[in-house]
This record gives sequence, C-alpha cells and structure tokens, in this order.
Amino acid sequence: MAKKKLKAGTDLTWMDMDVGNIVKEAGSASARRTGDWRTERPILDKEKCNKCALCWLNCPDAAIRPSKEGFYEADLNYCKGCGICANICPVQAITMIEEAEK
Amino acid sequence: MSKRVGLEASHAAAEAARMADVDVIAAYPITPQTHIPERLAEMVANGELEAAYIPVESEHSAMSACLGSAAVGARTFTATAGQGLELMHEVVYVASSMRYPIVMTVCNRALSAPLSVWGDHSDAMAVRDTGWIQVFCQSNQEAFDMTLWAFRVGEDSRVLFPVMVHFDGFSLSHVTEPVILPEQEEVDRFLPRFHYPFALNPDEPMTHGAFGPPDIYSEAKIAQEVALRKSKDVILQGWQEFGDIFGRYYGPVELYRTQGAKLLLLTMGSFSETAKIAVDTKKDKGKSVGLINLRLWRPFPFEELRQAVKGAETLIVFDRCISFGGPGGPVSSEIRSALYNEKRRPGIVSFVGGLGGRDMSVKDFEYVIDRGQEIMEKGSKELYETVGIRGKVSGIRG
Repeated sequence: MAKKKLKAGTDLTWMDMDVGNIVKEAGSASARRTGDWRTERPILDKEKCNKCALCWLNCPDAAIRPSKEGFYEADLNYCKGCGICANICPVQAITMIEEAEK
Repeated sequence: MSKRVGLEASHAAAEAARMADVDVIAAYPITPQTHIPERLAEMVANGELEAAYIPVESEHSAMSACLGSAAVGARTFTATAGQGLELMHEVVYVASSMRYPIVMTVCNRALSAPLSVWGDHSDAMAVRDTGWIQVFCQSNQEAFDMTLWAFRVGEDSRVLFPVMVHFDGFSLSHVTEPVILPEQEEVDRFLPRFHYPFALNPDEPMTHGAFGPPDIYSEAKIAQEVALRKSKDVILQGWQEFGDIFGRYYGPVELYRTQGAKLLLLTMGSFSETAKIAVDTKKDKGKSVGLINLRLWRPFPFEELRQAVKGAETLIVFDRCISFGGPGGPVSSEIRSALYNEKRRPGIVSFVGGLGGRDMSVKDFEYVIDRGQEIMEKGSKELYETVGIRGKVSGIRG
C-alpha cells in the first residue's frame, strides 16, 4: 500500500469525517504530536548504554527508535513519559527528568 | 398468504426478528421485556432461527456484544426495558456514534425508586439524546411492523444508525392482540440482506472506535447530527415501501379526526388508542377535537407536526414521564420548542399521567380534553397538571 500523507485533525472539516469516524489508514496517530502532555522525559546516558534494546522492546507506544549510532532514543513527539524504559534498563542508563518551562 | 394470529407485542417483536433472519441476539432478560429474549432463545434452540444467541451477564454487556456483532456486519437485535436501558446507557451512545444499525426493542417501563416494573416513558425519555432513530408503537401490529421497518431503515447505506422501537410494558408487551404475519417471501422483498460497508475484515484493516481529541470531536459530532437528521428521507421511504408491500402505511405523525379540530390532543404509544375513543365520544357530543399520535420521536418530525397543528387553537400534550424541576412533561417541552417560532401556533397545555403502570381510561382522557380546554381559557397556576393523582396537586410552579 502506498504511504499517503496523513492529514492532521485540524485539516479536516466535519464533511471530511468518515461514517462512524472509522480510520481506514494504519498509523494515523503519527500525523499528530501525541506526547505533548508528557510531564517527564527520558534522558539517555550514552556512556552507560550498552545498546541492548530492551527499552525499544518494552516501550508501549513504539516511541523509541534506533539511531544511526546504534543507540535507542525516545521520539519526544510521541513519548508519553511513562518511565517504563528507565525502569527496564539493566544498566540504569535512562533517567526521567521533569518537563519544566524554560 | 399472510395469516392473522393472536400475539402479544413481545412475541410479535420476536417473530419480526426471526422473519428478519437476524444473525446475532445479545440480550439480558428484564421485566417486561423478558418474553422477547425468551422466545428468541427458544427459536434458536429448536432450530426455527439460525442465529447466535449470546446470553450476556448484564444489559451493559448486551449492548457491548451488539457493537461487536454489528462491527462485523451481522444483523443484530436486542431488547430491554427500564432499569436495563439505564444500565446499558453509555453503550447506547456508542452504538449510534459508531453508526452500527442495531435494532432494539424497548418495552417501556418506569424507573426506580420506588421499584416499579410497570409501564411509563421515563426510560425512553432518558435516552432521548442518544442519537438513535426512535419510534413509538401503538399496537402489537405496529410492534411487528416497526421492528421489520427498523432493520430496513437502520441498515440503509444512507442511514447506518441504530433504531429503537418503543412499546409500552405490559399494556402491549403482555397483551394478546390480533397480528397479521406476512409471508417470508414478502419480508425478504422488503428487507434485503445486510451489507455493512465498513465491516471489520482482516484483509482490509481499519480502526473502529478511535480516540477523538478536542480538535476533531466537534466535527465528528456535527457530522453525526447532520446524518441523523438526513435519515428522515429514508425513514419516510421505508414506510412507503412497507405500505406498498404489506398494505399498511405509516407516517411520523398519525392524525385521527383532526380535520378542522380547534382542540388537539397529542399522545405517544399505546395510550393513543384509548385517547382515540375519548376523541370519538367528545366528537359525538359536538366538541371540535382530534388526536395526534406522535410515532417518530427521533429525528423529530418538525415539518409534519407544524402541518398537523395548523389551524388548531389548543394543543394538549400528554406525557408519561416527569422532567423533575423542568418546564413540563418532556414531550410537551419539545413540542413547545418546536412551535415557538411559528407565527400562528396553538396554545399548549401540558399534562402528566399514566406513571408506573397507572392506567389511563377513556374517562381520564375525556377529563384531559375538558380540563385542557378550561386551562386554555382560564389558565392554571401549575406548569403542568396531572391526572388521577389522589390529593389536590399544587406546587408545580415556574
């Protein structure tokens, strides 16, 4: 299936709504910043990280992505700050810090 | 050949569901609806009906199971009453918002407390705004006819809304009347196989019931609102087709001897038949009176109602439900709103009665007609008046 550019919610009028608000494309949440209400964010210490990928496996929202250098980092557009990655990390390489206005 | 048989409304509704060849029934028994799931369970057990009967543990589960069944495109039926409808309440909204054409019979029952299994319209009024198409039946024949019609209309690809068929607990649900049952061939002609265009299918994955954040929720609800109002065309078409095949024609409002009548009485459900007799006796005595039986409740038939009251001076609206602390019976409030902006409109008098199975006799409706006219001429201290309450009722002030 060709990957269509997904519309964000604010592009849609009421006449664009599908019957019953059925979502026909997969991954439609990727068009939205679903993590902007997060209160804590994960910070990765690359000195400690052994690239085991347990955080990537356990992220309930698939918000952790492998980087070119082989590390696993949270995409903050989608990360909800649940802290599962920090909790699961066997070498304590992830710390949760409070989101604060700067 | 159609046949004329004696059936209570509950069994008439069950028979209609059988002839509609439903695929799934998920229901929890509750008085006075019990005979419907009981009869359908029996039909499934003895092979009269090939369907899945899901004996759920509550009404909340009944409607939830119906959602799943409708989502895969199965023709889905359920029934409930009173407290059961209240327990199912949150899922009732989901069914219409997700546009699942489930058909549900509601055997209208009063709400606790005090505990009552008997009939009134409190349960129906509590689900007024749930987005379902809703009709009220006057007789057991209508209970059969409206159930068939409900599948035809709800499943139409231009509609895709669930339909609630209301009939009065006990006074219809448990009372045997003659019902004309059609031939299966006629039913099949009226009601084609159901093809839900968005049925869940692993080959074409899609999401039903997604999340609606603030930037999309309002658009979603307006789309639903416009679609429900537009369903009116198919509702009328459905009744026309029904009449053409079965010979009984229905409309959103039924007018009984209203031609030229100065005073009109408006009722819903089985009381309409009693009120008709009161209209006859009053007419015989020279009173200019007629009856409006409001059949279609949602979407509300504004146009037909305006047309029906044209020329009348007084409109008495009879409610079987109290809107506590409100401006009158719920139906009378709606009728007032519907007519408020009309240049020429009748004065409206609100009556409440027939609560929790209290019977309304012909004499009671004659009283409503006489007293209604008196209120119109002399006024009343109360926002609405009552019928048959022991003790002088006062203190219903605005």
